Amino acid sequence: MTATDTLVHDELGAAPASRKARWGDPIFKAVTLGAGIFTVTIMFAIGLFLLIRALPALANNSGNFLTSSTWLPDQSPPVFGIAALLFGTLVTASLALLMAVPVGVAVALYASHYATPRLGKVLAFLVDLLAAVPSIIFGLWGLAVLMPNMGGLLKWLNDHLGFIPIFQNTTGIYTKSVLIAAVVLAIMILPTVSSVSREVLVQAPDLQIEAALAVGATKWESMRMVVLPFGRPGIISAAMLGLGRALGETIAVAIILSALFEVNWHISEPGGNTFAANIALKWNEAGTNGLGALIASGLVLFLITLAVNLVARMVINRRRVKEGTA
Amino acid sequence: MRSTRTAQIAALGAATVLALSACSSSSNTASTPSGSSSGSINCATGSIKASGSTAQKNAITEWINAYQQACTGATIDYQANGSGAGITDFSNGQTSFAGSDSALKAENRPGADARCSPGAAIDIPMVGGAITLAYKVDGLSGLTLTPPVIAKIFNNKITKWNDPAIAAVNPGVTLPDQPIAQFHRSDSSGTTENFSKYLKATAPTDWPYETGKDWPAPGGQGSKGNDGVTASLTATANSIGYIELSFAQDAKLATAKVDNGAGAVEATSQNAAVTIAAAPITGTGNDLALKIDYKISAPNAYPIVLVTYEITCNKGLPADQATLTKSFLTYTASDAAQSTLVDLGYVPITGVVLTKVKAAVASIL
Repeated sequence: MTATDTLVHDELGAAPASRKARWGDPIFKAVTLGAGIFTVTIMFAIGLFLLIRALPALANNSGNFLTSSTWLPDQSPPVFGIAALLFGTLVTASLALLMAVPVGVAVALYASHYATPRLGKVLAFLVDLLAAVPSIIFGLWGLAVLMPNMGGLLKWLNDHLGFIPIFQNTTGIYTKSVLIAAVVLAIMILPTVSSVSREVLVQAPDLQIEAALAVGATKWESMRMVVLPFGRPGIISAAMLGLGRALGETIAVAIILSALFEVNWHISEPGGNTFAANIALKWNEAGTNGLGALIASGLVLFLITLAVNLVARMVINRRRVKEGTA
Repeated sequence: MRSTRTAQIAALGAATVLALSACSSSSNTASTPSGSSSGSINCATGSIKASGSTAQKNAITEWINAYQQACTGATIDYQANGSGAGITDFSNGQTSFAGSDSALKAENRPGADARCSPGAAIDIPMVGGAITLAYKVDGLSGLTLTPPVIAKIFNNKITKWNDPAIAAVNPGVTLPDQPIAQFHRSDSSGTTENFSKYLKATAPTDWPYETGKDWPAPGGQGSKGNDGVTASLTATANSIGYIELSFAQDAKLATAKVDNGAGAVEATSQNAAVTIAAAPITGTGNDLALKIDYKISAPNAYPIVLVTYEITCNKGLPADQATLTKSFLTYTASDAAQSTLVDLGYVPITGVVLTKVKAAVASIL
């Protein structure tokens, strides 16, 4: 290595063309540095904008912003709180993740290691295609197809597993609920999780897989011992991408949910509201204080997303340090 | 190599040409009243933008089509992004008039007046609507409801169709023993505001909530937009919800008769027009804000109505917008245009109010 290095260095140092060849370096460095600074500045600018526009409405609020469920920012006195929105957002997003990540990783694993190479490519192509479908289409499909047909399953869950609060339904109505929204979100983020995971899993070191097989592991054991641990940071990133999409999903959730402002653990009953859906539903008719309140809720969503991504980053980095892979 | 290089350059050139041709220059030509008029429309030319209420969208679209067909050289663009957004656009000077489900509120007036300086902003009622109680119940031939019963249905106090309260106002009608699937609006809307104003005026003990654009009561299911509620009603058995007349007519849903004390009144354009024509004007001068009397008790007056206003400047619109705005609003206030509203499922402005509307539009400079 060092021999070639000194050779290259000598050549560069000796030739008169070296001066011309080097001006590209500082420019490229400046451009990339500029892009990095630009991105960070934009993020801070967005956070600052949200804070500035939200403060007047927060100052006017007669209710507790974090624990109240009512949303009446344009009345006098204005009362608004995000408890119901926080609940709805977190429940739909986490349920969606819970349903999408196992299936997505399974699809990725199949496409990368179990299927024949040709079938794997076709499957990957199809899943990527699904990721490109606009989310409003999923919302319309959820509203028109899934919702009328899911009643039977939800009724069965209520009848047989009704002692668990989340499956209990006291109203007898099984449409327009948080659970249906979560299922639609899960289907929406499945292609994202699956395609990113597949990209990562396909790079798992063949040598280690073959070594595991050679010492007598079954195919599943070799996946479990080599491929999945290798792909864990990538899978977590894929899950975070999916979570970001689920947290921010607006119109699909807005047309499905019943937009009731209450914290209701019976998630198969109609109701529920999320930050993004609330902004979409109330924005057009909001007064000045109403707009400020909506922006305040947007700020909370922004902070939640930042926090979740920070935690994910920490988990990935800790894993990297533990395993010693750079 | 050379052929691919030329192919690349040709492709880049074609893409650039296509991109540049997509940038169309919008010319804001000065509008001059042309001597020719088709039918009885006094045409003007130019291009104006408007935005606001979704409730009047169908009516405005129909009128714009008719006007533009009769008057070449005129372009009117209406964007139905909601009353609140419409007033904001108007106050920012981006539109020539705003469509709003309610007259300018005190908090919005300074901004709108500033936009119109040296004149002031005026509300001109132009499109009326009826809020119907549409229902989908198999085998139910006709339904009459009174304000207390409506209030209790919509705040979940009455939960079954064969509740004694409903049976009491519907003698001789067999009501099914089924739960009521009640639908309201999940988004903010002027329709909800007018419906809640009606309930608060006529049944305050059963409807103890403040009026506003957001649905205040617990229970039921929310759907987005008039179209969302209509779709939910058509898809769900034993359902009831409040939607505009045009939507109920298009979806062929049955609507309930409302009894305000003088007998059951059917939800039709004519009956709603009576209520609007009887509304006193609370605005001053050419500002025609109406105060609808929801307690109106007459055998031919349907009480649950709403009025959409066009908010514009009586003086102070830029010259190139004023002529076309005045010409278009003169057309919409004309008897011919108002009569087309009935076919669309809206309610025409009639009587004394219409005379004042025409005078207000004529006063625009």
